[in-house]
Amino acid sequence: MPSPHDSSKSEPVIDCRSVYKIFGENANRMLRDAGGNVDAQTFQNAGCVVGVNSASFQVYRGEMLVVMGLSGSGKSTLLRCISRLTETTAGEIYIDGEDLLAMSSKQLIELRRNKMGMVFQSFALLPHKTVLENIAFPLQVKGKTTAESMQRAMDMVKLVSLDGRENYYPRQLSGGQQQRVGIARSLAVEPDIWFLDEPFSALDPLIRKEMQDEFLRLQGVLHKTILFVTHDFSEALRLADRIAIMKDGIIEQLDTPANIVLNPATEYVRKFTEEVPREKVLKIESVMDPIGAETDFSDLTISKDVIIETVAEAVLAETKPVRVVDKDNNIVGSVHCAKMIHILFGKDDAVGTGGGYDPFFQIQTETGTVFGDFDRFFSVDTSGFA
Amino acid sequence: MFDWWPVDVYDPDLEEYEQFALLREITRGFSSVVLFLIEFIREIFVGGVKTIVTFTSWEFIRENPWAVWPALPWTVVMGGTMILGFSLKGRGLAILAGIALSYISVFGQWEPAMQTLSFVLVAAPASVLLGLLFGILSFKFRTVETILMPLLNVAQTMPHFSYLVPVTVFFGVGDHAGAIATIIFATPPMIRLTLLGLKKVPEEVVEAALMSGCNNRQVLLNVLVPTARRDILIGVNQVIMQCLAMAVIASFIGAKGLGFNLLLALNQLRIGQALELGVCIVLIAVVLDKLSLAWANQQTDYFSDLGFAQRHKFSLIFAVFFALCILAAFLGQYIFKGGINYFYLIPHNQGITTEDFWQSGVDWMVENWYAGLQGFNRGLIVNVLQPMKAAFLGMPVSATFLLVMGIGYIVGGLRSALTVGGFLLFIALTEWWDRALITAYMTTFAVIVSATLGMIIGSLCAQNPFASKAALLVCDTLQTFPSFIYLIPVIMLFGVTDTSVLVAVIIYATIPATRYTIEGIRNVPPNLRDAGLMSGVSKLQMWLKIDLPLAFPHIMLGVNQTVIFALFMVIIGAMIGTDDLGQFILKALSDKQGIGNGLMLGLCVAFIGLAVDHLINTWAASRKTSLGLS
Repeated sequence: MPSPHDSSKSEPVIDCRSVYKIFGENANRMLRDAGGNVDAQTFQNAGCVVGVNSASFQVYRGEMLVVMGLSGSGKSTLLRCISRLTETTAGEIYIDGEDLLAMSSKQLIELRRNKMGMVFQSFALLPHKTVLENIAFPLQVKGKTTAESMQRAMDMVKLVSLDGRENYYPRQLSGGQQQRVGIARSLAVEPDIWFLDEPFSALDPLIRKEMQDEFLRLQGVLHKTILFVTHDFSEALRLADRIAIMKDGIIEQLDTPANIVLNPATEYVRKFTEEVPREKVLKIESVMDPIGAETDFSDLTISKDVIIETVAEAVLAETKPVRVVDKDNNIVGSVHCAKMIHILFGKDDAVGTGGGYDPFFQIQTETGTVFGDFDRFFSVDTSGFA
Repeated sequence: MFDWWPVDVYDPDLEEYEQFALLREITRGFSSVVLFLIEFIREIFVGGVKTIVTFTSWEFIRENPWAVWPALPWTVVMGGTMILGFSLKGRGLAILAGIALSYISVFGQWEPAMQTLSFVLVAAPASVLLGLLFGILSFKFRTVETILMPLLNVAQTMPHFSYLVPVTVFFGVGDHAGAIATIIFATPPMIRLTLLGLKKVPEEVVEAALMSGCNNRQVLLNVLVPTARRDILIGVNQVIMQCLAMAVIASFIGAKGLGFNLLLALNQLRIGQALELGVCIVLIAVVLDKLSLAWANQQTDYFSDLGFAQRHKFSLIFAVFFALCILAAFLGQYIFKGGINYFYLIPHNQGITTEDFWQSGVDWMVENWYAGLQGFNRGLIVNVLQPMKAAFLGMPVSATFLLVMGIGYIVGGLRSALTVGGFLLFIALTEWWDRALITAYMTTFAVIVSATLGMIIGSLCAQNPFASKAALLVCDTLQTFPSFIYLIPVIMLFGVTDTSVLVAVIIYATIPATRYTIEGIRNVPPNLRDAGLMSGVSKLQMWLKIDLPLAFPHIMLGVNQTVIFALFMVIIGAMIGTDDLGQFILKALSDKQGIGNGLMLGLCVAFIGLAVDHLINTWAASRKTSLGLS
């Protein structure tokens, strides 16, 4: 399974092995009888609801895993199993190598006080406490002195740009501001692991975008290990290092955003990817051609890690293939403007599979390319760039 | 009852063991603790020797005449309350406290008021703590809830009086008995509201607390209880009101203070004095209520870097004020003549009083309005009340059963029919069926009038957001008045008759009907009203076709409250002479064998209330569901 992080170097921070969560009275007996082969329908007939069905995965240090699924897919249940807000029915969960499910409640409290932070969809702020007191709350239950926790809380207030509002009550804040408080609270104890349960789902689209940017900024500074739950596929694509797509408690596919878009593992996943504008999601790396014998490159070089859309115009202006380089400036591939046209305007299978958009006509002019079919007509005039 | 399980008890005076029933020892021990607390607080306010006696002996007092605990000068108590009010909420509360306490002092009611206060200061915190405890227990353990709920239902519909007899049997007579009766009466609503509040705490808030690393205790005390604060505070407010309502009723079993004096004044028909005492009770209720609210909502400033003087500013001001008042009280000895020190305590006979004014007002009304009032009075009694009473009493028992169970069947099927039938059967099997019918007739009459009035007033006020707010505020204020207070003005107008009782009941019971009507109509989804407007309805059509049908389930919950309020008030009406169940409960009080009777009568009243409660709640719930409002 490809991962942006080298798994051989670091131990996983979160390690789930065949985690099951089944709601209902006879869950344990049913599961034992099923022998690891859980069929949701059979269980439902017996009055049980399958929340999580054999989830196995690892999350590595500094990685952001987004669990994506529609409501009832078990994504929040999975998160709650890993934070042990819900008791797991079967399976093993290790946090930094320690067996989470074997922990006593005392150990669990210690773990949460020091290693975990969580943000909730409905913000879950304490209505009787001010912004400052809410943020200081985890520090105070930990037994820090008032002065110390308030000082730290004030730093957090600044981190989420709520200065000047620290003495407001939650009811006096907008949704976005409330969630900033939720974020600040979850970060107050400097946790290693950060759980976010649909943190932006209750917000308006514009605010949501703003909060996502804010979140990316924070993660850029903090490098937490993150488990992020959302039902919004584009949010998942925007934020994730890796995405786990869940359906009926089963993880349908767990992969990088690019691989999910390019190679949906199941029909269900493919449906999500259909409407996705690839150039806004994919990096150059995922569409570049391998280096061949060619030597005639344009002067332009682009990084393999940039999103396609951001360099599309520049690539189209070049008649020769454009070099793609990695972090150390080694050439790792190339992109030709024809390929870019396929990516931008091609049908579903234009990308990655090598096939693609087959224009009804294509005329090379002096200044650029004109192509199209009965539905569309494109003229790419590159003279302006030359 | 007290022969059961005898134990040996050591008597230090006789220096030997004596045999006493275990139960008696437990209850007496409990009584003495409560009594000690009340007297300790009381002596802080008004002085005395009993606290010193508790730790020494009467002989010690006799030998050392100096050993008397001095009372706090009233100026200290007033100033202290004002400073407390200011530190908690600001100027408004300080002024309110100042006005309230100076009124009490200037009108010469200081001593009884402090007696009542000491009693409330023991009963109210005890009720709040017990209520919280049981509320939390029933939240944590379902079994506790299932056991407690039916008990609470009965407890909340039992009239105040019926608690008194059992309490005197177990705990004797006196302030402590009054306090215990009050605690028993005030705890159920507190339990209920605590549970309600805790159940409303969102799951995610608890999860957030767990993820913050709270242990069980921290989740409970730092998260659950404060988050449920709103409902819990309503509970505290109810407790305070119940305590002051009971201040009067508890005086039947020996509680001293304003209530006792009020009862006396009412019995002597000294309307003016009763009014002044009533105002004192209301003022204490309002100040306590506002102080407790402000205390629960106070805010802390963490970053102001304050010196010692600033941090302890209020304590320091109080200390200075305390010294000044003591000095004034000391000097007062020399300033005022006749051994009365106005800076220390204004005695009962020295306070100003408006009694003559009210008395002459009553006299004037009797002189000028007598014919009219009496005409109304007689007309009501002869033309409405007596025929109605005759109809209730004349109905065959089987017909009553058929009627009530039939309604039950229509509203909630066989189950409801059997439930209300069971309640009725209990009453029918006691010897007070006819008395219960009289109670029922008075309640029915009052409820019909109250509900109509409440719906009309409520509907009118609901037309305008400002008027709604004002009306709700008035309802809030009126609800702070102990039920007893309503009897005072009506006796002024109608003398001691059934009409008086009914008018008082109607005024008291109209409050919930009005409140729920306003809330119900204001909560009608605005898009439905818009849809109505766009269909071109007139104001009247809006009210009849949209507001009322949609708000009706909620209004019926108000009517339910109206029934319970009316029932309580009818029973309290026994004090000014009625011939229903209440009168018998009152009689049971002075009867040695009264405990059984008192309880049975109380249950009769409770079951009338529960039957109506069951019918209305079942109907409202199903109606709300079918309207999609729940």
